[in-house]
Amino acid sequence: MSEGPNLEKPEPSPDPPSPPVPAPETTGQPDRRRFIGWLLSISGAVVAVLLCIPLVRESLYPVFAKGTGGPGWSDLGPMDQYTQLAAPARQVIKIKTLDGWRQTISEKVVYVTKGPNGKVEVLTAVCPHLGCEVAWVQDQDHFHCPCHGGTFAPDGKYISGPPPRGMDTLPTTVQNGRLMVQYEYFQNLVPVKQVIG
Amino acid sequence: MPESPISPNPHSSLPPEDHGTLAEWFDRRIGWRVPLREFLEERIPGGARWAYVFGSGLLFLLLSQAVTGIFLAMYYVPSADHAHTTVAYVMKVVTDGAFLRSIHAYGASIMVILLVIHVTQTFMYGSYKGRRELMWISGCILFALVLGMAFTGYLLPWDERAYFATAVGTNAMSEGPIIGQWLKLALRGGADMGTLTLSRFFVLHVFLIPLGLLAFVGAHLFLFRKAGPAGPPSPGTAEKKVGIFYPTQVLLDAAFALLLIIILALFAHFVPKGLGPSVNPADTSFIPRPEWYYRPLFQWLKYWEGPLVVIGILVVPGIITALFLGLPFYDRRPERRPWRRPVAVGTFCFVLGALIVLGIISYRVDNKDPVVAAQLVRQEEAEKQFMQAPFQPEVAGGSITASSTSEGSGSNPQTAKGKQIFESQGCVVCHGQGAVGTSMAVKLVGVGQQLPPDQLANLIRHPNAKMKAGGMPSFPLSDNDMKSLITYLDSLK
Repeated sequence: MSEGPNLEKPEPSPDPPSPPVPAPETTGQPDRRRFIGWLLSISGAVVAVLLCIPLVRESLYPVFAKGTGGPGWSDLGPMDQYTQLAAPARQVIKIKTLDGWRQTISEKVVYVTKGPNGKVEVLTAVCPHLGCEVAWVQDQDHFHCPCHGGTFAPDGKYISGPPPRGMDTLPTTVQNGRLMVQYEYFQNLVPVKQVIG
Repeated sequence: MPESPISPNPHSSLPPEDHGTLAEWFDRRIGWRVPLREFLEERIPGGARWAYVFGSGLLFLLLSQAVTGIFLAMYYVPSADHAHTTVAYVMKVVTDGAFLRSIHAYGASIMVILLVIHVTQTFMYGSYKGRRELMWISGCILFALVLGMAFTGYLLPWDERAYFATAVGTNAMSEGPIIGQWLKLALRGGADMGTLTLSRFFVLHVFLIPLGLLAFVGAHLFLFRKAGPAGPPSPGTAEKKVGIFYPTQVLLDAAFALLLIIILALFAHFVPKGLGPSVNPADTSFIPRPEWYYRPLFQWLKYWEGPLVVIGILVVPGIITALFLGLPFYDRRPERRPWRRPVAVGTFCFVLGALIVLGIISYRVDNKDPVVAAQLVRQEEAEKQFMQAPFQPEVAGGSITASSTSEGSGSNPQTAKGKQIFESQGCVVCHGQGAVGTSMAVKLVGVGQQLPPDQLANLIRHPNAKMKAGGMPSFPLSDNDMKSLITYLDSLK
């Protein structure tokens, strides 16, 4: 092999001839070594913790996210079309549910109607009794639940049958002249409306 | 060796009592102090130097790539229809997702730069000499594996840039003789790029090549410790002073690692890596360009056409690879000073210089052609626009979409009326959209094949006891409505 002495692992010379002594022994400067050891350990730990911050924030999303959108509003079309309502209007709205990077779109039935004070209101079609879809019966001028025969007035007020309360109103708003509704689910079989999601 | 206290009773099977520091408690059980001392007291001929930080810097970056890669995989889906959406989600929605992906993507570039510096330093110092053939070869394999990681990782975001660059890359492979076509077909999983290409590149990038990296990094480090550091090339320098790995070299390595972190973090924070629009294979105007480290090769392949392509793609790269790989076997002179090895150093500098020049030419050719330059600017703009647009979630399968709701109501008015009855009478509440069934009631799809219409109508008007028990009300529909409803149910498949 090679004769170049610098190619081989150098042997610690027992008796170094030159003043810059090779192979500083581990016992030579124990204080300096220990100090650097502590310095490296502490600064290494600090840097490691700092580096973990983005990892934790990324992997635990959405724990550290600021305001992830809030509830979604569904479009019911221009407000104008509801000002002259003669009877409750059945509308199918699209509900968007976010599941990570996926979005599920489902359809829900709501009724746009006039409330007691003449204001436009939106009622969910879910019966407060057992959750069947309430139908509007034009000839009899009331809502009728096909499952157990509950009936409601055009503004959703309870008339007859097993339901414990009237039909539930949904939060609405008007954006750029369009009626928007926020779909919610309510606890059934209780006399007072309770939002459950 | 730590002195373990001798048990007073040699017949006792109980271990000696523990005392001393916590570190000693652990050391008695693990015995980590001896290997740690062995590791830290590595001798460094000639003493610690900044020139030696590149190997440990590469190891540090590899670790960073592994960690960031694992965290990116938390959101990534390796399928042609989801990959781009999931990367866009990481970039636009997930907290610090853009930061981590940028660290990962820029980390790849910095690794290639460090690799070239590391190889150059090894070459200039002649550190491959003296029973270091296997170390050199394992290093060459690591170089190839890192380039393989860069090539496979580049496709995964599945944006236009990634897609077209990989299309060109795999096409270039197919120009190789004999196995070229076969290699392209195997890598792509078909004649065209598609979801199989993505799966294969994902498995290569995340499982297979990392396994190779792990094995060869292990071998490289083991062989390095076996042979020992070569030290500075001038004879005599190494003997004057022998340093020890700890603490000086450890401090230099740590400082370099810190510098790498700071550079990466600054880039990732202030110029986050972009993501282009999703793949559109029909977009013929897109001009594919590889990442900068593949530019020299990209430019080189342009010069070879027709039958000469074999020379460009196989003969010349083959000769250079063989010369490079076999270096410690034929360059056996002990001389390590670079100025005393003009042929070797000259050849190395020529090849490295040629690669750099080819890369520069590649960029200059693009800039000089106004059509290409304008298109490349457009592509950059499209990427910026896509990054500024809000995240667009993917509409999940099974969602009610415009197309699926019009189905069954489009062609036949009676079916449409039946669907309306199904929904307004509340059947949909229990039997579900499209009568697919829910936890409350059975599915009615295909019920028309099981029951004749009159029997079905009778059951809807007068449910049997079992149906009533399940909550099925009776529906006194008119004959006409009943007919529509049954036509609708029949239409469901």
